[in-house]
Amino acid sequence: MEFLNAVLRFDFLQNALLAGVLGGLAAGLVGTWVVVRRTSSVAGAMAHCVLAGLGAARWLQEVHGVSWADPMLGATAAALIAAALIATSTRQSSEREDTLIAAIWAVGMAIGLLFIAGTPGYTEDLMSYLFGNILLVRGGELWLMALLDLVVIGVAVGWYAELQGICFDEEFARLRGLPVNRLALLLHTLTALTVVLLVSVVGIVLVIALLTLPAAVAGRFTRTLSGTMILAVVLSMIFTTSGLWVSFSFDLPAGATTIVLAGVAYLAARIIPRRA
Amino acid sequence: MTHAAPVIEVEELSFSYDGHHPTLENVNFTLAAGDFASIIGPNGGGKTTLLKLILGMLKPRSGRVRVFGESPDRVLSRIGTMPQHTVIDSQFPIRVIDVVLMGCLRPGRKLGAFSRADRQAARDALERVGLLGLEHRAYSALSGGQRQRVLLARAIAPNPDLLMLDEPEAGLDRKIEQDFFDLLEELNRDTTVVLVSHDLGFVASFVRTVICVHTTVDVHPTSHLDGTMIQDLYGGEVQVVHHDRHL
Repeated sequence: MEFLNAVLRFDFLQNALLAGVLGGLAAGLVGTWVVVRRTSSVAGAMAHCVLAGLGAARWLQEVHGVSWADPMLGATAAALIAAALIATSTRQSSEREDTLIAAIWAVGMAIGLLFIAGTPGYTEDLMSYLFGNILLVRGGELWLMALLDLVVIGVAVGWYAELQGICFDEEFARLRGLPVNRLALLLHTLTALTVVLLVSVVGIVLVIALLTLPAAVAGRFTRTLSGTMILAVVLSMIFTTSGLWVSFSFDLPAGATTIVLAGVAYLAARIIPRRA
Repeated sequence: MTHAAPVIEVEELSFSYDGHHPTLENVNFTLAAGDFASIIGPNGGGKTTLLKLILGMLKPRSGRVRVFGESPDRVLSRIGTMPQHTVIDSQFPIRVIDVVLMGCLRPGRKLGAFSRADRQAARDALERVGLLGLEHRAYSALSGGQRQRVLLARAIAPNPDLLMLDEPEAGLDRKIEQDFFDLLEELNRDTTVVLVSHDLGFVASFVRTVICVHTTVDVHPTSHLDGTMIQDLYGGEVQVVHHDRHL
């Protein structure tokens, strides 16, 4: 009950809870596409590439006084560039895709580290970028998350069948005359935007778990993609909320607690026989 | 000779993946409407490549492919396809009816849920492959033979004029394979069927045309197929056994 009292008293805890719920919605929907298309390494590369954007924006602000270079803007730009690179390479040849993903993953991270090293007071920033600090989420980010949720819900409802088609059997979708490349780019773009917003919830290193684990658990207990999506959304929200609660009660880092809870659920789900 | 309009016309077609070693060279043939053709040949001989060229998924290095008299990508809506089943993730959370409905996807479809007509077409397709009643079953819970039937239902749901199937018999046991080919024979009454086969065993009574692919392509009516042709195609490693098949 201590947690509930604290939530009522402190704005920052209310913001954190809301961020977990709003972020969890996008994570559950987009994460389902990521899991069934087996593109979690793509999402991981985007997440790590975000550090380049965060670092560059911070460096521009602190060292060069470019006030409009908001870290969110930098993060979004970096994730979208990663999405475009990956989408283009998949179109041209599939055989070297994993190398490109590894390169974006590590080089993005390295660029970010170089910028951060050139910015005074870098260590605190670095820790919260890497492992998230949900207690620092601001009102503006909450509005962005709500907006992203609306876009993702709109796409998931409007293009449900088409996106399910390219996830299940891309080649068949192409032979039905669907604009497969554009639909894949749409999914990559939504993944990039979701990754950026989840970074403030669980951090760069842990984003990939919040995207994939709820959907992976949900997929074992549902027999439709929409069922998986709804269950994944509910699970994501439970993980972020209970993660915050547990971390507050035992004075633990919130992002890491959230991911460990999701990991425990995932292991438990693997032991329970499939029901679908 | 049949005088039906040609469904597939291939002229002077050559293709190479690397620009040096031809996968297919100077291929010429036509298939008439209503035919049941089997593409056979050794592994790596270019069977799937030929299928992909006919579907417009690969562009010829030279020569041309016409399907229903047009470039293949303009007539995709009239072609039903079935990939090798191995390309599909069998753990995907999806029901049988949702897989079949994918056959009703097309450019310019109204966004949102499928129309009543599309749902009816999907149910009709399931009925034709003998799986009506399993619509709400999870695809992952089906047997291999049932999955093949679901993928076939998906291919025929939009009522195609041409069916192109890539090794549909792979992974099926003999009994189920026989049922599956009986089904194809039935579908052949209103649809031209072309299938790639890795197995000579079913170059059976209902296959009317055999397309032998080994870089070059020869087309024979099944009745003319003999041991010499098979040995030429497979390099003499094949024993030909004649079966008398009674139906």
